[in-house]
Amino acid sequence: MIHKRCDVAIIGGGPAGLAAAMAAKREGASEVMVLERDSSMGGILQQCIHPGFGLTYFDEELTGPEYAARFFEEASAEGVSFMLNTMVLHMEATHLICSNKELGMVTVEAASVVLAMGCRERTRAQIQIPGSRPAGIYTAGTAQRLINRQNVMVGKRVVILGSGDIGMIMARRLTLEGVDVVAVVEIQEYLTGLTRNRVQCLDDFSIPLLLSHTVTQIVGKGRVEGVFIAKVDEQKVPIAGSEQFLECDTLLLSVGLIPENELTKSQGIEIDPLTGGPRLNQYQQTSLEGVFACGNVVHVNDLVDNVSIESINAGTHAARYALKKTHLREGHVVCTPGEQVRYICPQEIALDPNREEVTLYFRATVPLKKVRITASIDGKVIRTKRAVRVNPGEMEQMTISPAALLDGQELTIDIEEVR
Amino acid sequence: MEKVITCTVCPIGCEITVTGSEGRIEGMRGHACKRGIPFATDEFLLPKRILTTCVKLSGSDEPLLPVRSDKPIPKEKLFACMELAKTLEVSAPIGMGEVLIANILGLDCNLVATKSVTPRQ
Ligand SMILES: Cc1cc2nc3c(=O)[nH]c(=O)nc-3n(C[C@H](O)[C@H](O)[C@H](O)COP(=O)(O)OP(=O)(O)OC[C@H]3O[C@@H](n4cnc5c(N)ncnc54)[C@H](O)[C@@H]3O)c2cc1C
Ligand code: SF4
Repeated sequence: MIHKRCDVAIIGGGPAGLAAAMAAKREGASEVMVLERDSSMGGILQQCIHPGFGLTYFDEELTGPEYAARFFEEASAEGVSFMLNTMVLHMEATHLICSNKELGMVTVEAASVVLAMGCRERTRAQIQIPGSRPAGIYTAGTAQRLINRQNVMVGKRVVILGSGDIGMIMARRLTLEGVDVVAVVEIQEYLTGLTRNRVQCLDDFSIPLLLSHTVTQIVGKGRVEGVFIAKVDEQKVPIAGSEQFLECDTLLLSVGLIPENELTKSQGIEIDPLTGGPRLNQYQQTSLEGVFACGNVVHVNDLVDNVSIESINAGTHAARYALKKTHLREGHVVCTPGEQVRYICPQEIALDPNREEVTLYFRATVPLKKVRITASIDGKVIRTKRAVRVNPGEMEQMTISPAALLDGQELTIDIEEVR
Repeated sequence: MEKVITCTVCPIGCEITVTGSEGRIEGMRGHACKRGIPFATDEFLLPKRILTTCVKLSGSDEPLLPVRSDKPIPKEKLFACMELAKTLEVSAPIGMGEVLIANILGLDCNLVATKSVTPRQ
């Protein structure tokens, strides 16, 4: 067995891992290693060939591979080491056990670890659609990988379930390839992805978007022959008599992503049931000393630009921890989502002599117009801001100063419509 | 003619109603800020999009190379450009940003690689 040592070990070489590695090196960590199970770096961005990345971080519209390449080049220039084809199988705090295609088993002993494993897609099993089990059912991300990296076309007539970004992006991609996209079917009464994607992926090609509709049955023996869809009521129950049959040979599921946290859970690291990812403080530190996390493993991000920002934060603090440069903790404040807020990240604000401003990221539970967003401490308002519109598909943020916070207090964020 | 355009400049996504005829704008309403004006103007007169797709790649471990237009192209030309891209086959090595089709369809923009690929070992 091969043994390696480093200051900071990063699990996952997607945009989160690459940005964390670059930042850890810049912060002064001498040996920073990225462990990636794939045969190339870049994570999910490698298959996201569409434009729309970097609009806020670089102020340019890049494609996924271009965005990933920028961070890969920066991290390489800083002297980060990369181990490809290396799957982290197990961890004991900051001690990792990996399997590498050529080297076999490898152990990595690190002073700190950054979890950057990304997320995986929800599948049919997790949403339970009745009907037969024919071929021709894919998650949208799998279809994306097949078409954009492996040169495999998934079908000729496609129905997409879910109006998430991946589904909409695939609707456009398939249409450009000459595939007939029959409809995008969404159970919610609102779009779950970004408006920009509805305009450029669906409206541009006159692809119908059926809100408050779902697939009730899949039909087909060897291969999908079509799906029954129906309108749903407010309880999301299909309305009798509203069924219609859509002929198709392929169904794509774009029904959400789940943070990939098997390793995290194996360590007893606290998970936030609202995000499905580890609970963090503003330094991206998990409940386990020396273990940090960033990117989609924490909460599902719609914009990679936000991933880069939080990952730079994670890498910086993982390096400080490894170099024993962290401040003594004086306590913490818990962040709890209030009215119309689905979750807040970070879930905790660590109090230390530093008291630098903290940016809280959160999502609304439903789309709302003309809102006031308030942050309160133990019920007393400390910050408010207004927004013309909030949308569950688009992350909101608010910066607060922890200068006057005390150990044991609770911070809540509420969103309310003002009329 | 009246056209409703969803502004995508910021996440607010105003629905801007533009009235006019082909090539000429007479009125615009629904934009909450002035950044919506040039956006809706372009969308009404000549909507443009960046095209991204993949082209066949030989001499590398991967079968496909991701590509883009280096500038937005008129929306109605997307399919014609796709047809051209489908006929293209390139071989490694290729550098990111390398021009694969210059001045595609005379649109004053190039089809370029969005990834660097090295030859198969
Ligand atoms: C289809 C799709 C379209 C998107 N479109 C846009 C867009 O238009 N604009 C935008 O800004 N954002 C977009 N995003 C969001 C953005 O791409 C993601 O937020 C971002 O890629 C998340 O980065 P990450 O590094 O956390 O995860 P990933 O990119 O998923 O990287 C995680 C990496 O960890 C590796 N890994 C996991 N477990 C292990 C292990 N045990 N050992 C070793 N390696 C491991 C994986 O192989 C992977 O490479 C899109 C996302 C998807 C999925
Ligand atoms: S018009 Fe202004 S406020 Fe409205 S979506 Fe466009 S940029 Fe945003």
